[in-house]
Amino acid sequence: MPYNDNRAGKSGGRGLVACAVAGVSLVGLSSLAQAQQTLNIVSWGGAYSMSQQKAYHEPWMAQTGDEIVNIDRSGNALAGLRAQSQAGNVTWDLVDMLPADAMIACAEGLIEPLDHDELLADAPDGTPPSEDFVDGALGECFVASIVYSNIVAYNSEMFPDDAQPGTIHDVFDLENYPGKRALIRKPINNLEWALVADGVAPEDVYDVLETEEGIQRAFAKLDTIKDHVIWWEEGAQPPQLLADREVAFASAYNGRIFNAMVTEDQPFEIIWDAQVFELDGWVVPTGKLDKVRDYLYFATDTQRLADQAQYISYGPARVSSSPMVSTHAETGIEMEEHMPTYEPNFATAIPKDDEFWADYNDELTQRFDAWLAQ
Amino acid sequence: MSESSAIPLTTADGIPLKTSLRRAVRRSRIRAFLLVSPLLLFLVVAFVMPIADMLWRSVDNPEVSTQLSRTAAALEGWDGESLPGEEVFAALAEDLRVGQEARNLGLLSSRLNYEKSGMRSTINRTARGLRTLDPPYKEALIAANTTWGERDTWQILQRETSPWTLSYYLAAVDRQLSPAGDIVKVPAHLEIHVSLFWRTLWMSLVITALTLLLGYPIAFLLASLPLRYSNLLLILVLLPFWTSLLVRTTTWIAILQSQGILNDLMVALGVIADDARWQMIHNKTGTIVAMTHILLPFMILPLYSVMKTISPSYMRAARSLGGRPFLCFRRVYFPLTLPGIAAGGILVFILSIGYYITPALVGGQSGRFITNTIAYHMQTSLNWGLAAAIASILLFVVVVCYLVFNRLIGVDKVKLG
Repeated sequence: MPYNDNRAGKSGGRGLVACAVAGVSLVGLSSLAQAQQTLNIVSWGGAYSMSQQKAYHEPWMAQTGDEIVNIDRSGNALAGLRAQSQAGNVTWDLVDMLPADAMIACAEGLIEPLDHDELLADAPDGTPPSEDFVDGALGECFVASIVYSNIVAYNSEMFPDDAQPGTIHDVFDLENYPGKRALIRKPINNLEWALVADGVAPEDVYDVLETEEGIQRAFAKLDTIKDHVIWWEEGAQPPQLLADREVAFASAYNGRIFNAMVTEDQPFEIIWDAQVFELDGWVVPTGKLDKVRDYLYFATDTQRLADQAQYISYGPARVSSSPMVSTHAETGIEMEEHMPTYEPNFATAIPKDDEFWADYNDELTQRFDAWLAQ
Repeated sequence: MSESSAIPLTTADGIPLKTSLRRAVRRSRIRAFLLVSPLLLFLVVAFVMPIADMLWRSVDNPEVSTQLSRTAAALEGWDGESLPGEEVFAALAEDLRVGQEARNLGLLSSRLNYEKSGMRSTINRTARGLRTLDPPYKEALIAANTTWGERDTWQILQRETSPWTLSYYLAAVDRQLSPAGDIVKVPAHLEIHVSLFWRTLWMSLVITALTLLLGYPIAFLLASLPLRYSNLLLILVLLPFWTSLLVRTTTWIAILQSQGILNDLMVALGVIADDARWQMIHNKTGTIVAMTHILLPFMILPLYSVMKTISPSYMRAARSLGGRPFLCFRRVYFPLTLPGIAAGGILVFILSIGYYITPALVGGQSGRFITNTIAYHMQTSLNWGLAAAIASILLFVVVVCYLVFNRLIGVDKVKLG
């Protein structure tokens, strides 16, 4: 009997030790879990998310041990934010969206107003963020990370060497440049380009579009190529259509065409004439500021924005990042001339007027759809 | 007889038989109800509530009455003729000031922008600039933004103070309220929904007819072949049915596009010239071809299950009575398959008017359905009221189709298997 008692005591002791060890390790784990958080970051997917992964997410995860989950929902980010907010369960911590959407989300109180000089890093030379970011990059609730551009690209193999297109007029010139065109199935960009091709100066485009005659003029110009247009809806479609030679021209985001050109060796060329450029960047869903404060500071500093340009041809939104932009990470080619903001590319650029589109997008989209259906 | 009525029958434990029977019936009813209650709960949560919510959203109009409550109250006595007075403008300034502080003017400005383009920036700019404005507000607001000096702005505001609105339904059928309150057609260049509704309906009819045309012989073959062959054939029918919808849709893109398999083949065979390739995708043809293929099993399976039950001796009898093959088919076999045709037809038709991913991918411009517009307003324009109104009309159309079908053929005659 004493023997048995002894055994019971021993095993009881061991159990206690095991419990204590487990308890200590649990405590350790939970404190670790507090230090390492999971950030749900919403972005555009594809080559763009990959550039963010390399330039922002991976260094941040290595530095802090945080885990970053990429969610490819920026295309419908406003709808998602609104639905999550109405359901009272916001699961997104940081969202990449366009400034026009950010303006609406901000007015609806879905995202946090940002004090840029307090939240963001100064440039290496001490310039405060409010002076270091390019014009329009800092909205009430918005901080831009890139400048990207809507351009028309073409497949150079579909035209003879001595008759390659070069301006936006050529996109509307079926006689000299035959073939199908792939354009975005939205009025945005198409109306601007139609007017420029019809002889309106790039800087006057939105003044003309605010008049009924201007809208009619733009649609009349689009009428001339309507039968030769394939309308795309997903950003991945235009490079595919060009590569398949389904179309000769395709409007696209410049980064996607760049990627197809350098990493897939496609014979594409970009028409920089009348590029419609705009910004894209971060917004913080209401209530998430404390969680993402450190990450936001990190991901918008001068070095990070310059790093991102190694992976995709979108220009950094900070002036101080531009001199640090170097070569493409995979192929080693100089990035400068592929940037929308490169001087020769930028001469006839149109800044997208977010307020105009905030006001007229609903009506013009309906009109555009009705025009398409005619 | 009289004895049994005087002394009620009882069970072994003395309870009257009637009561005991009633109890047993009630118990089994409760048990049956409990058995179906998970399903009932599921139906309520997953169907009844969302549909009720959708119907409610299509007429709900809270923005102006809650966000501009002071303005709404001040506008009550306005005659709608000349511009409203200073007290209305002051109320508006106060409403916008409060809204700007609470940062909740976004939905209001979107709502008013549906009624009048430009209201979004008018509201947002005015609200931002309020701090620098001094009374009298009438002059100050009109000077800040000329939209406030237009009478129809105020007519719209007054009209939209009602907590309910029909304007989403009107927009869904290409109508609108004029500032004076009459229902008028939208300008021709904005008409879009009615033609899309019609297109959705007739293309769904074409697809239903094509699935019947293609599916009928296959179902007949399935039902009449010996079992081991028909099982093989059935697998061939079901295999695509089990394949992802997206895979089947994109496969059609690969086959039908102008640099695709079919065009390449015909160019190689010399049927068409290289520069005259057929456009078979990103238009109506694309939608009809892809959807006919995708919905074919929904026609074949009900047809097959009905044909399987038709005894071959009927046809033999008809032939032995001297009927020629076609007459026998038309007078004997075909009428017997009607329940299958009806079931397959209604199934394919209702599925196809609700389809949206396939038309979006292969429909191009001319092959889009009204469902693509619903998706656009749900996901992109965020005009959920309009999306709800269009969806409600579509629901109504489906219910009407169902009722007509029930009246003509009778739902109880439908056999699904």
